[in-house]
Amino acid sequence: MIESILKVSNLSKSFSGVKALDNVHFELKRGEVHALMGENGAGKSTFMKILIGLLAPDSGEISFEGTDLRNSNVSDTLKRGISMIHQEILIIPELTVAQNIFLGREKELSGRKDWTSGWLNDTAIDKKAAVLLEEMGVNIDRKAKMKHLSVAQMQMVEIAKAISNDAKVIIMDEPTSAISDKEVDTLFKIIKDLRAKGVSIIYISHKMDEIFEISDTITVLRDGQYIATKSAVELDKPSLIAMMVGREIDHMFPESNSAKGDLALSINGLCRKGQFSDINFEVHAGEILGFAGLMGAGRTEIARVIFGLDKLDGGEIRIKNKSVINKTPREAIENGIGYVSEDRKGLGFIPGMSVKDNTTLASMNRHRKGIFIDQTSERISTEQMIDDLRIKTADMDQKVTYLSGGNQQKVVIGKVLLAAPEIIILDEPTRGVDVGAKFEIYKLIRNLADKGIAIIMISSELSEILGMSDRILVLSKGKQTAILSRAEATQELIMKYAVA
Amino acid sequence: MDRSFQLKRFGQYGIFLAFALICLALALSTPRFFTLPNLLIIGTQVSINALLAFGVTFVIITGGIDLSLGSMVAVAGVTAAMFAHPDTYPLLVPLFAGLGAGVFFGAFNGFVITKSKVPPFIVTLGTMTIGRGLALILSKGRPISNLSDSFNFIGGGNVFGVPFPIIILIIAFIICSIILNKTVLGRYMYAVGGNEPAARASGISVTNVKMWVYTLCGLLSAVGGILLTSRITTGQPNAGAGFELDAIAAAIIGGTSTSGGTGTMTGTLIGALLIGVISNSLDLLNVTSYYQQVVMGIIIIGAVVLDSMGKKDR
Repeated sequence: MIESILKVSNLSKSFSGVKALDNVHFELKRGEVHALMGENGAGKSTFMKILIGLLAPDSGEISFEGTDLRNSNVSDTLKRGISMIHQEILIIPELTVAQNIFLGREKELSGRKDWTSGWLNDTAIDKKAAVLLEEMGVNIDRKAKMKHLSVAQMQMVEIAKAISNDAKVIIMDEPTSAISDKEVDTLFKIIKDLRAKGVSIIYISHKMDEIFEISDTITVLRDGQYIATKSAVELDKPSLIAMMVGREIDHMFPESNSAKGDLALSINGLCRKGQFSDINFEVHAGEILGFAGLMGAGRTEIARVIFGLDKLDGGEIRIKNKSVINKTPREAIENGIGYVSEDRKGLGFIPGMSVKDNTTLASMNRHRKGIFIDQTSERISTEQMIDDLRIKTADMDQKVTYLSGGNQQKVVIGKVLLAAPEIIILDEPTRGVDVGAKFEIYKLIRNLADKGIAIIMISSELSEILGMSDRILVLSKGKQTAILSRAEATQELIMKYAVA
Repeated sequence: MDRSFQLKRFGQYGIFLAFALICLALALSTPRFFTLPNLLIIGTQVSINALLAFGVTFVIITGGIDLSLGSMVAVAGVTAAMFAHPDTYPLLVPLFAGLGAGVFFGAFNGFVITKSKVPPFIVTLGTMTIGRGLALILSKGRPISNLSDSFNFIGGGNVFGVPFPIIILIIAFIICSIILNKTVLGRYMYAVGGNEPAARASGISVTNVKMWVYTLCGLLSAVGGILLTSRITTGQPNAGAGFELDAIAAAIIGGTSTSGGTGTMTGTLIGALLIGVISNSLDLLNVTSYYQQVVMGIIIIGAVVLDSMGKKDR
């Protein structure tokens, strides 16, 4: 029997009367990868915040290697060996990799004990970083400034930092949400090495395939309640989803029954220097065209150009057989294009504004009387979107920040819909959205197509691409490598063209 | 109810509460404070700062800043004074000249900021100096005096016993509140300050919104400049120096966040009144202006601390 390093029992926490965690149990063994699963709002982040000492629990026990962790703060837990790799990576962009790894511990590395320990010893920091990165087997220049690194590399640096802290437990919150498949392989190799060295990993992710590939044990939370802990080999995808959602979802993807309508958008020879070239495709009203490809293949970049966020260097965009030039998103919207960005926080919504104000933001022309806002029509439109898209919100004056990921996404979709587009580009529409809400978003997308809207759906999840698309355009390194019909497309075929 | 929740509430309404408490304390301790003449004096003293603060509130809500307010006061004041000598032009000429100068100056700020992508702090730091120079050039470095009685009425006259600057203040407050809350432009200001890339992706012309706010700020500064010139019956090229700091302080005390996306005209008005009331009461209490500055600084920081406590999540 392998000993357990961390034991949590009867842990509860409420916020102003609402139970975020209710009697949660959790046991982490030494040298295991333990996946923590649950929809958004299931209590995963609250749980992790308590573990690293950011929040204090209301009741329950946390014992880490026999010591009580209930009243520890972040620096206590860090010293004891619990590190967290946050979803939004926390780094100092202007400092080097080595300086970032040892940030806050410069005095220990200065080699001095007296008052002169405040004197920086960058050589020692550098050497130690070199050894560390070497051991991890990652190829990152320790002298490079953090700002020049890719997201995946930054993550590696964070892991290096955790290792250098002698972490016994490393918590990874959605570590693969922003990195490419190849980088995921590197990450998994490092995770396996860590596991072999006896480090325990708590792994949080929404990506099912990953969970089964990497984890030994899976614990599921739902609505703040502990559901079960199972060994990964005992479970399969449907049973895990059922545990998370609390019901069976048999038909994840709605049937395609939309008849192809008139030509909505045609793209001829589109190119943008250094990003993509010679892109040609057509989308018809009522059709869903999937965009598949690896991270960095140019999918989002094409969408940005069509929507007027970036300039095009060549080629033609035709809407309903009329050539258009979208210099700004404003012109694109006027030409009937809507864009739901992959970067929901950055480009999707205004966090400090209400559901209503966000929903009507792109269609103020329909909600105004002269220079004044037409408050009545605004409320009617928002009400309708909340109903149609089943947005879960206390009321329309609630700030969007306080909604769950899936509902924020619906607000963004609602905003785009109110501008009455004929063509909608959905970029990773279900990223960071939990399983139940994903299903609803799929239904919604299919409904839009059935209403005669032409849809381009960009996604990194192959099952989503295969389940939703009528046709699939595959990109590789900025080049279009195939357009597949729904009938001929398979995971293997798409991957073949994606790496071509 | 837990403590953080109470603090949050206090952060939201703290400024109103603080203002009410200070007024109450003053009314009890200094009998002269709560008399009509004294209140009218405060209103008049506050009016110019409040006008500038309304302007800069628009700017700060969009995530910008304007340091050239004081210089715009001087440029508009001097320009108006040049046309305000008795028996030369009708009253409308100096008024439009002064307001036009402010509008032009503000639009120039907006133009440079939107075209160059240089941070507003730097651009308006530059135009602050340019404006001061222009005011000195226009006036040849000397105060412009001998202004017409009708012009001097704007800053010094009364209507039914109410000083004219207070009337202008109230009108400006109403118009600015309407712009911010009821118009599409106001909504766009919050959107641009709250998340500029998302605002652009929603089809908003960020350039237009920024042009508007800096121009409005110029216009309001010009109104302030004309009021000041009229009140001191002289166009002073050195007038308004440092006014930008009081105006920004009023906006911030009133809950406008320097990171953009939040703020209200009512908050700014209360912020300006709070500054006015405190300096008035310190006057009444015979506290020297040296100490007044220390007190004001503490209040600014205290207000922002309260505000940030109010914003903390759970």
